[in-house]
Amino acid sequence: MATWKRTRGFWVSVILAFAFFAVVQWLIASGTLNVFYVNTLFFMAINVMLAVSLHLIIGITGQFSIGHAGFFAVGAYASAVMTMKLQMPFAVGVLTAGVAAMLAGLIIGVPSLRLKGDYLAIATLGFGEIVRIALLNIDYVGGASGMTVTHMTTWPWVFACLFVTILVISNFTNSTHGRACISIREDEIAADAMGINTTYYKVAAFAIGSFFAGIAGALYAHHFYIIQPSNFGFLKSFDILIFVVLGGLGSLSGAAVAAILLTIVSTFLQNYPETRMIIYSIVLILVMLYRPTGLMGTKELSSLFKWRKAAEGGMNHGSKNTVA
Amino acid sequence: MELIQQLVNGISLGSIYALIALGYTMVYGIVRLINFAHGDVFMVGSFVGFYAVTMLGVGFFPALLLAMAACAVLGMIIERIAYKPLRNATRIAVLITAIGVSLLIEYVTIYLRGAQPEAYPSTLLPDRNLELLGVVISSQSLFILGTSLVLMVLLQFIVHRTKIGKAMRAVSHDAEAARLMGINVDNTISATFAIGSALAGAAGVIFGIYYTKIEPLMGILPGLKAFVAAVLGGIGIIPGAMVGGLLLGVIESLVSGLGYSLWRDGVAFIILILILIFRPAGLFGKNVREKV
Repeated sequence: MATWKRTRGFWVSVILAFAFFAVVQWLIASGTLNVFYVNTLFFMAINVMLAVSLHLIIGITGQFSIGHAGFFAVGAYASAVMTMKLQMPFAVGVLTAGVAAMLAGLIIGVPSLRLKGDYLAIATLGFGEIVRIALLNIDYVGGASGMTVTHMTTWPWVFACLFVTILVISNFTNSTHGRACISIREDEIAADAMGINTTYYKVAAFAIGSFFAGIAGALYAHHFYIIQPSNFGFLKSFDILIFVVLGGLGSLSGAAVAAILLTIVSTFLQNYPETRMIIYSIVLILVMLYRPTGLMGTKELSSLFKWRKAAEGGMNHGSKNTVA
Repeated sequence: MELIQQLVNGISLGSIYALIALGYTMVYGIVRLINFAHGDVFMVGSFVGFYAVTMLGVGFFPALLLAMAACAVLGMIIERIAYKPLRNATRIAVLITAIGVSLLIEYVTIYLRGAQPEAYPSTLLPDRNLELLGVVISSQSLFILGTSLVLMVLLQFIVHRTKIGKAMRAVSHDAEAARLMGINVDNTISATFAIGSALAGAAGVIFGIYYTKIEPLMGILPGLKAFVAAVLGGIGIIPGAMVGGLLLGVIESLVSGLGYSLWRDGVAFIILILILIFRPAGLFGKNVREKV
């Protein structure tokens, strides 16, 4: 019974998630949701996956990475090459996307061990740019004009990928490994002194985060018919960063909620891209000035429903030297 | 000869990077902040220069001074509004704010005047080609190099020979101790932003003349590359930024000269990652032992 009590919340959310899946599936099948809504829904799911995967790197492990669009791009192109050039099934494409992005995460993660804070930020930004420039110059994937991709992303695929992403990352956060990552965020030197293999966990966080960003890339590529290097510039990285920062550095549900809300906002402001960016940037500055921990801080949505104090994956609000 | 030609081009480009990198390095040296908005201050400087020439009809030097003044004011405003309240915040908060300021400047500019590019008037500087031992040197690039050098010498003079320069050095060494010695730290930081931003403004005008095309998002890439230049020379070290900028310009030109011009933008970031791995303190930096 004790186990049931502890895992009740988990199973309830799993059941709720599947109920949501079934309802949406029924709505799509019956044609109640038109293409516009389905598009928005898919885009939301992809953004949530990106936000949650970056949350693991920035929010949990405290490694300030602003090149997430690079991993996203690697995933998108890897899956497109698999399905379009090598005629593999979509499942292989999705898996390759994750693995390719993970390898990219390892490549950037290993040198990043020596970098901290600002330097790491610039190095990851540089990595994102290198990926974009490399894609521009490789004729095999179409250079600047990009690749056309068949539409293969369906709601069951989107749901399954989203579900696995959230499940793996939230369970990782609550495991021993997740605790180790949080300790690195709080104080790397102290964590090292406590016998935590900081190198290993930083690389692991990068690898897992980029794996799921790559899978999001595969879904994106097979939903939008065409992928171009210009879709993966650093503005995309900033978009993802804004989800994480606004939601709360260290809050998975916060990042997901922010991703959902901002996707809705940007859908409405689609015809006014400048206004959208002005609003984004002002929000970013104001949040940092008045609520530097983000809207949710380190709290999770579920903690709003609990009256007992749960162990938080939280950061110490008072400390100055946490991240970076 | 081709090689020397590329070298000459590289030095002109490098002097622009060096001017921007100086602002990065000064600000980093004094408040330990990567001012992401610096590249956009550079863009604003370029536009101020452009409008000064086309609307007010002034010559090169008045336009340059006007752009520098406007950018100095902009830099101080950015510092006072966005960075000063965050003096004691986490590094990540300041960095995110800087990204926000950068996006804000870019998109407000687009909102105000549209995203279309503008062509810099080419008659601003006399354009004559000098031929020296088979190498063609345009008088424009000589002008550019000369202006940059004068500004760099001026900066060295300010930093090492004036009272405000002394205050800047003191604050960058130890802000707390400087405050105890009666130095107004806030004003010194403002002055640093003003000087750094003025140099970026000058670089903006020079960039406009050299490349003729300016647009609201033009600051991003030169800004990032100038940061790479600052890191290359050792961030926080003024001569380092100059050497780093020139070196980066030359390397980029050589890469284009070898026929990989599309990879030119990638090279800077590859240099950055390499230098961070092998010599994180930069060419001129000393290794500092980490204390707990």
